Amino acid sequence: MSIGLGHCLLLAAMLFSIGLYGALAKRNIIAVLMGIELMLNAVNINFVAFNRFTPVSDLTGQLMTVFAITVGVAEVAIGVALAYRIYNDRLTINVDELDNMKG
Amino acid sequence: MFYDFALEHAWLIPLLPAMAFVIIGMITRSYGKLSAGIAVCMSFISFLLSSGVTYALVNYGISVEQPFVQQLNWMHIGSVSISMGVLIDPLTAMMLMVVSTVSLLVQIYSVGYMKGDKGYGRFFAFLSLFAASMLGLVLAVNFLQMYVFWELVGLCSYLLIGFYYYKVSAREAAKKAFMTTRVGDFGLLLGILLLQINFGTLDFMELREIIPAYISVAGTGMMTVIALLVFVGPIGKSGQFPLHVWLPDAMEGPTPVSALIHAATMVVAGVYLVGRAFFMFTELPCVMNVIAWVGGFTAFFAASIAFTQTAIKRILAYSTISQLGYMMLALGVGSLTASFFHLMTHAFFKALLFLCAGAVMHAMADEANIFKMGGLRKKMPITFATMTIGVLAIAGIPPFAGFFSKDEILLAAAQVSTPLYVLATLTAFMTAFYMARLLFVTFCADPADQESYDHAHEPSKFMLFPLIVLAALAVVSGLWGHLEGFGEWVRFGHPHEAGIDMTIAVSSTILSFIAFGIAWNIYVAKRWSSDTIAEKTGILYKLSYNKFYIDEIYEALIKVFVDGVAKVFYWIDIYIVDGIVNGLAHLVGGISWILSKAQNGQAQHYSGVFICGVVILVAYSLYYLAVLGGAL
Repeated sequence: MSIGLGHCLLLAAMLFSIGLYGALAKRNIIAVLMGIELMLNAVNINFVAFNRFTPVSDLTGQLMTVFAITVGVAEVAIGVALAYRIYNDRLTINVDELDNMKG
Repeated sequence: MFYDFALEHAWLIPLLPAMAFVIIGMITRSYGKLSAGIAVCMSFISFLLSSGVTYALVNYGISVEQPFVQQLNWMHIGSVSISMGVLIDPLTAMMLMVVSTVSLLVQIYSVGYMKGDKGYGRFFAFLSLFAASMLGLVLAVNFLQMYVFWELVGLCSYLLIGFYYYKVSAREAAKKAFMTTRVGDFGLLLGILLLQINFGTLDFMELREIIPAYISVAGTGMMTVIALLVFVGPIGKSGQFPLHVWLPDAMEGPTPVSALIHAATMVVAGVYLVGRAFFMFTELPCVMNVIAWVGGFTAFFAASIAFTQTAIKRILAYSTISQLGYMMLALGVGSLTASFFHLMTHAFFKALLFLCAGAVMHAMADEANIFKMGGLRKKMPITFATMTIGVLAIAGIPPFAGFFSKDEILLAAAQVSTPLYVLATLTAFMTAFYMARLLFVTFCADPADQESYDHAHEPSKFMLFPLIVLAALAVVSGLWGHLEGFGEWVRFGHPHEAGIDMTIAVSSTILSFIAFGIAWNIYVAKRWSSDTIAEKTGILYKLSYNKFYIDEIYEALIKVFVDGVAKVFYWIDIYIVDGIVNGLAHLVGGISWILSKAQNGQAQHYSGVFICGVVILVAYSLYYLAVLGGAL
């Protein structure tokens, strides 16, 4: 059995779902960030997979992935920095308690 | 020539005192003497201009039929065009002379009277505005312009009656005056609006042509309503029964203000309005009857109250109401000439009486009760002499001014209705009595209070000068008017023949002398005791002393009526108006409360909703793709 586009997309979908679950359900802000990162990488897998299984490849997918990883790094850096500042300020990283924007 | 200039620039007459008001009010208020100087100067110039206008009027033969009119467009709203300008005919000229003379003299008097008052500058500002408003009213070319100044006059009287605003009674009196006249003004406004709706114009000259024609076509129904509504204005302003209650309370203002209100600027506005709109009233006999009877009754009613009052200014106030009743009576029986003749002479002798009263009160440390004065004849000979002239004038003793004008009124009344004539004659008798009582008790009886008697003195020359001028006018204005043909100028329709009916003149004079005699016996010779008389007349005395309980009746009516209406409106306000507003607020509040539950501040919930949204959108697009084959 050779690995096809469908398998790659299935893997990406699973990874995205796990990430989504983590981002929505986890209490720890770091875990939430990790979930977001997982979703990002699921998308990256999609890019690479589409690039691989396109008949005439022009490396657009790969380029996009590199670009997305770069952005992802920046995002994580800011996310973790924010988490750190929040912890300094509130002495907690439980997202349930961070509800200052309550209406 | 100066009189040409005056005629062409008649609009300056009210404008100059108005400017004095602005200058004093904005710049010089805190400099008392300067303010007084400005006010008196401006008044003097407008007096000169008024004289110029009167001279021009005689010179060019401007008559009631051919007045001098100058106007320019004031405003233009849709099809309605309103002008503002000056209308000069003998009526106007006479009023200009009276108003400017009296207000000038009163201002000169005030220079002395108000000395040392901390509101000195403010007082002259208000006096100037008062004179300006009245002069503007007199010159009005249409009902609307007149109404504007009419209200200004009301405002000034409010400001001046409440001049001592730190006194509760003064504030109350000012409010009372304003609100009582407001009742009348409302009727007048309705009348004016109806005129505008019916005729499309408020111009006196145009209405004079239109109204008789209208009545001959459409009958008197509508016009009667209008005329009665218009007449409600004068009832309020000129203190006719039943809206007279504000006038006696207006005594709370400084005495020069009382003189001004009673003689020239405020109360005669009502008489002037009826005179100005006489072309309307003469066409309506039933309205004329109403005017005559309101006037006649007021004259008698006020005189009967003046009988028992003890405050000097209050007696004079009721006598003013009574004399205004005379003027209305004269208008009602169709004699514009008699009414305006009396208006003129009354302006002079009433201003004189008030200024004398002011001088007396000034000398007695603001004591107002005449029974605490007495014997001032020796201390204040000039005031006594001038006051005597005033009293003789108002009592109608020949050859003083009041004799001629009162005789004209009695004559006019006798020609139309005997009951009114009897009422007027009776009033004349009563007038003579209570004025004699005032004079005798104040000046001739023994001093009641030795200490204040010792302190009494003649007033300063600023105060004496106006007294003497007015006394001279109170002597000559009647005779002069009689001889010089007052009725050929100030009239409605045919020139009025000045005539003296011997029966009427002699009988009223004899009655006046009898009244003087009775007053002398009671109050000076003390042959009859006034207390016994008061006891014997019992309830009548009480009624008169308490002013027929009119104030109390009004108070009770206001309690029942106003409070009742207020309760209804309060309920509507709370449960319906507020109910709707508050209900809406609660509705919005409730909805936003529900919506705010979604804003719980949890970023993860937001993302969840966001994801759900994305899923729904994607599902929707896929559905479209599947069903419509990519038509999206």
